[in-house]
Amino acid sequence: MSFQTATFYVFSAILILAALRVVTTRNPVHAALWLVLCFFSAAAIWLLLHAEFLAIALVLVYVGAVMVLFLFVVMMLDVNFDTLRKDFKSYIPVATIVGILVLIEMALVVIGSGAGDAPAPAAGGSESNTRELGKLLYVDYVYPFEIAAVILLVAIIAAIALAQRRRRDSKYQDPGLQVKVRPAERVRLVDVPVENKE
Amino acid sequence: MDILAPVQSFLGPAWLVVWTLVKIIVIAVPLILAVAYLTFAERKIIGYMQVRIGPNRVGPLGLLQPFADVAKLLFKEIVVPSGANRYLFFIAPLLSLGPALAAWAVIPFTDTLVLSKIDAGLLYVLALSSVGVYGIILAGWASNSKYAFLGALRSAAQIVSYEIAMGFALVGVLMVANSLNLTTIVRGQEGGILHWYFLPLLPLFIVYFVAGLAETNRHPFDMAEGESEIVAGFHVEYSGVAFAVFFLAEYMNMILIAAMTATMFLGGWLAPFPFLNDLTIAGFAPLGDGFVWLAAKMAFVLLCFLWVRATFPRYRYDQIMRLGWKVFIPVTLVWIVLIGAMMQTRFAHLFH
Amino acid sequence: MFARVKALSDTWLLIELLKGMVLTGRYFFARKVTIQFPEEKTPQSPRFRGLHALRRYPNGEERCIACKLCEAVCPALAITIESEQRADGTRRTTRYDIDLVKCIFCGFCEESCPVDSIVETRVLEYHGEKRGDLYYTKEMLLAVGDHHEAQIAADRTADAKYR
Repeated sequence: MSFQTATFYVFSAILILAALRVVTTRNPVHAALWLVLCFFSAAAIWLLLHAEFLAIALVLVYVGAVMVLFLFVVMMLDVNFDTLRKDFKSYIPVATIVGILVLIEMALVVIGSGAGDAPAPAAGGSESNTRELGKLLYVDYVYPFEIAAVILLVAIIAAIALAQRRRRDSKYQDPGLQVKVRPAERVRLVDVPVENKE
Repeated sequence: MDILAPVQSFLGPAWLVVWTLVKIIVIAVPLILAVAYLTFAERKIIGYMQVRIGPNRVGPLGLLQPFADVAKLLFKEIVVPSGANRYLFFIAPLLSLGPALAAWAVIPFTDTLVLSKIDAGLLYVLALSSVGVYGIILAGWASNSKYAFLGALRSAAQIVSYEIAMGFALVGVLMVANSLNLTTIVRGQEGGILHWYFLPLLPLFIVYFVAGLAETNRHPFDMAEGESEIVAGFHVEYSGVAFAVFFLAEYMNMILIAAMTATMFLGGWLAPFPFLNDLTIAGFAPLGDGFVWLAAKMAFVLLCFLWVRATFPRYRYDQIMRLGWKVFIPVTLVWIVLIGAMMQTRFAHLFH
Repeated sequence: MFARVKALSDTWLLIELLKGMVLTGRYFFARKVTIQFPEEKTPQSPRFRGLHALRRYPNGEERCIACKLCEAVCPALAITIESEQRADGTRRTTRYDIDLVKCIFCGFCEESCPVDSIVETRVLEYHGEKRGDLYYTKEMLLAVGDHHEAQIAADRTADAKYR
């Protein structure tokens, strides 16, 4: 067993363990942190495949941004676990069906594509797959890529437009206006003559 | 390398691991010493700017002050607040120190001296600096304290916001350098001070520097530990070694930002004037390209960090957010488009 | 119009920030005002209000006549006095305690004293190592007075013409 294989098994073991803990742990903050560990292990496995750009992008986007915001929300939630757990059993039939469906689909995909033995295509020979990826995204698939980007942008703007409302009772300052203020508009220097004493 | 050959054969397959560890220690130990003296320099320089003389009692000129501080922190008790989440409370400082140390793997000290020459070095540093925020968030949450939590929220929001401006500044650099590899980026700046990237990328340089201040929670962006509002922010509840680790991570991040600024905008290890390479004394050029110049540039950037701290009052929170989202991001975007456009014109050579 | 353009360019060229940096940069080289305390000391006024002392007359007789004016005037209630008649018929204190932890060093005791007995000296470097160390009794106060009498007398003379 080469060093690389050994590392692969170590990271896979960590990944699976962390993934299990995500769903079994009671504390949502802990679950989020286990998920972070999942992403890290996945990134490490990608690194083993020489997909360094993807690995780093995974850490940058998911660990660095998405999970931080996720953690933000989870931390501020005051989740009542008793009410959450009350109806746990009633969901089991639905959950089983969905779980089995997902399992079957994944198995079909894996068996159908024969991904089990094929090595990662871009890996190995070329030293920089960042360039390959860039070419793929911005040359070959530039239109789908741009369309996807625009759809996401629209979604962001729509979400903000839906959620934003101006509350009349809240007072706020506009830093932009405050920055524009010049001293001459605020302070008037008056030259008061010294009074003569009799 | 010949001297080490017997050791290599003795260790066999473990050699790679041991040798890497040795290299890591060779980078990390001077780094920790640098942090110690950065705190000393900070107190001295800010003292001088405030017409004081700063610490001068421990050792000659106070030079042993950092060690006295370290000894003090090491011997203090670590107080765990009641209701704190013990594991996360102790993991948090390590989570903030780890990325701060790990990012040094890709910083090129000279054209050959770099721990790992990965191609996506720039992205790697960006990714790791974004991971550092976990230490802060967890510290705030695990402390079971309102002030710590508020500090953590502020700090995390600030870091996430400024990361974007910082990332865009880096995009500018990689456009000009045509590479994500830090060694290649420095190589692209060869040919003297006028070829360094801070000139064509001046707005991005300033944005990167200021975003760096915000990323490391330094003045005037130290909302996360605004003493007058939330005591000390995310590390209120930490004492002793746990606090020292946070301290170490913060200053190590400062040095990292300085190193990145020096590498990407100020020509890394390159001498400002090419003729310095020709001034040879006894076979080698003491003022030629080399670590001396990188150290000098880092020292200059760090001096600016301290200088800024001594000069400006703390930002208000909404102003920080305005600066990050409404000023820096548009500025960087405009400049990136400008660079992209200029590269298609006959002025392209100015931007390479 | 010109003002607006100038304001805009000032903002974008960070003129005001640079001005601030130049100012602090200049102070970096300014002469430092720090006084290296144990080696250097700031000049003290003869009216300096430091550690208390009880004085004696030149013949060795203690000045205090137990009038208790200081005890009455003390805003922090730091002074405790008990007195009795001595064999020679004079009224003297049997107990004169100052709790320096309570004392606010206002100098009222010194002002109120009709015989210049309780005074505040220039001594400011004193400390207590355990609880109760800063509770000064009559003997301790007299000892302070005996030790610093020359300085105390000189200070009173220097200040005499303003009183």
